[in-house]
Amino acid sequence: MTPRLQRLGETIEKVLGRKPVERLGELTLEVGAADYLATAQTLRDHPELHFEELIDLCGVDYSTYGDRPRERERYAAVLHLLSVRHNGRLRLRTFCPDDEFPLLPSVIEVWPSVNWYEREAFDLFGIVFEGHPDLRRILTDYGFVGHPFRKDFPVSGYVEMRYDPEQKRVVYQPVTIEPREVTPRVVREENYGGG
Amino acid sequence: MAEIRNYTVNFGPQHPAAHGVLRLVLEMDGEVVQRADPHIGLLHRATEKLAESRTWIQSLPYMDRLDYISMMCSEHAYVMAVEKLAGIEVPIRAQYIRVLFDEITRILNHLLGLATLGLDLGAMTVFLYCFREREDLLDCYEAVSGARMHAAYYRPGGVYRDLPDSMPQYQSQHTRNARTLAQMNANRQGSLLDFIEDFTERFPKCVDDYETLLTENRIWKQRTVGIGVVSPERALARGFTGPMLRGSGIAWDLRKKQPYEVYDRVDFDVAVGKNGDTYDRYLVRIEEMRQSNRIVKQCIDWLRKNPGPVITDNHKVAPPSRLEMKANMEELIHHFKLFTEGMHVPEGEAYAAVEHPKGEFGVYFISDGANKPYRMKLRAPAFCHLSAMDEMSRGHMLADAVAVISTLDIVFGDIDR
Repeated sequence: MTPRLQRLGETIEKVLGRKPVERLGELTLEVGAADYLATAQTLRDHPELHFEELIDLCGVDYSTYGDRPRERERYAAVLHLLSVRHNGRLRLRTFCPDDEFPLLPSVIEVWPSVNWYEREAFDLFGIVFEGHPDLRRILTDYGFVGHPFRKDFPVSGYVEMRYDPEQKRVVYQPVTIEPREVTPRVVREENYGGG
Repeated sequence: MAEIRNYTVNFGPQHPAAHGVLRLVLEMDGEVVQRADPHIGLLHRATEKLAESRTWIQSLPYMDRLDYISMMCSEHAYVMAVEKLAGIEVPIRAQYIRVLFDEITRILNHLLGLATLGLDLGAMTVFLYCFREREDLLDCYEAVSGARMHAAYYRPGGVYRDLPDSMPQYQSQHTRNARTLAQMNANRQGSLLDFIEDFTERFPKCVDDYETLLTENRIWKQRTVGIGVVSPERALARGFTGPMLRGSGIAWDLRKKQPYEVYDRVDFDVAVGKNGDTYDRYLVRIEEMRQSNRIVKQCIDWLRKNPGPVITDNHKVAPPSRLEMKANMEELIHHFKLFTEGMHVPEGEAYAAVEHPKGEFGVYFISDGANKPYRMKLRAPAFCHLSAMDEMSRGHMLADAVAVISTLDIVFGDIDR
């Protein structure tokens, strides 16, 4: 852990009263959905933190994580923040409390650049950001149904598109291919092969 | 009085100035843009989802297909993230090769960016000039990886193989006589490094040529000065990185501020603009090409003097050599396991970012200890830049909206992923 990272971690603990976790030279802070917006505001505005730039917002579906799937709170939003003034980075993770209707407050007032990232997380994971002015789909097709990056959405999807010569137009039909597992997923047990 | 109302223009997705498959819905008041609404996703291939069903090595070639103008830089962020998670040491020679090719890629990208900016604003000659130089650099790609675009050259733990000792040569053809052929092959007699060195000798003169055509050109200035102005505060709030941020006067460059690989050992300057308009960003990119040229030269010097391994000898992540594999049972097992099951990466998460020619390109991995990533998120710089399109083009004329798209330096493989 470099001194710079140590300092940043201590500052965050002092300001927010919560200690970020350090791993691989990166700081991660987890906050509840209720504190999310206030934390974001503080992280941007506090002069010693000053995370003025939002680099990324990433939706995650933790439902099949590892060999011990999560029972609840499967959706999370992971933000990567950058402080240009202090040259520091921070990862901020918030889990959505409700799995049926994943809802988080939008941080668009704090970082305007989050606009498309929140639209993307809504499109791909169905996380709804309350207060977002224009929460439309962004990457998928017009009229797409479902949220394709959820772990229970098959890679091949549900519908496929083709040109129908009889109707002389493009039609949607159920997919005719099956997802194929080329390399099986393997999680090795502890101390596999003697370490 | 006649009723006056705005009308909507559908710009793209087949418009040549849309830089790919951008559908831009413009609300116009006369010829003035009132609102720009980019519709993206026409090239969405769900790379992030595909990576979840492929091993750590199998997803690497997808990185080339993201930003297909700066292929190796995207690969670089990917392998850096894997190396961070798995704690892999990269041989120093491989790091120099990566820096060398990152800078070659930066020149490639800026050449295309400049060419298309010129083309969109009506400067045809500079387009042809830039493509002439791009050709040599693509030959370097081909010499080192076998492919002109989709290289798949960087691997977790190093690079696929060492730099070749010879350059591919032009073959005789009925349209070329012997003298022309000898001329064309004149700088291809030595190794790849000799060829690149020859290029670095020529290249500053070429950049001067582009500048002669454009920098003081009255028409060029009329089309770029004061177009798409972004203040430093807005640039930060909109998440700008790379030349877009530096054009607005903020000296932020990951190569200097958070150095990775051997960027702290090479000498270069960071170009910073002043006014944050299209003209300043153009100047920043021109200067970056010159600086990249400097870095390439330093890398060539170092690589000449210091031979060594280019990929880690940890055979849990990198395959053993063919010879070892045939001679040794253990290596055969390693080879087999690596290409059937793939490598295992410890549980955890990591974000690695590189100074991609367009901005900060980051790869965020969540691993649950399997032979595949649990989640991969790509942070594409152009995605963020394009989201500021509305803000940047509002109040400009339609023709200036084209300049704004061009100055964002967007590529749709990158934005739509």
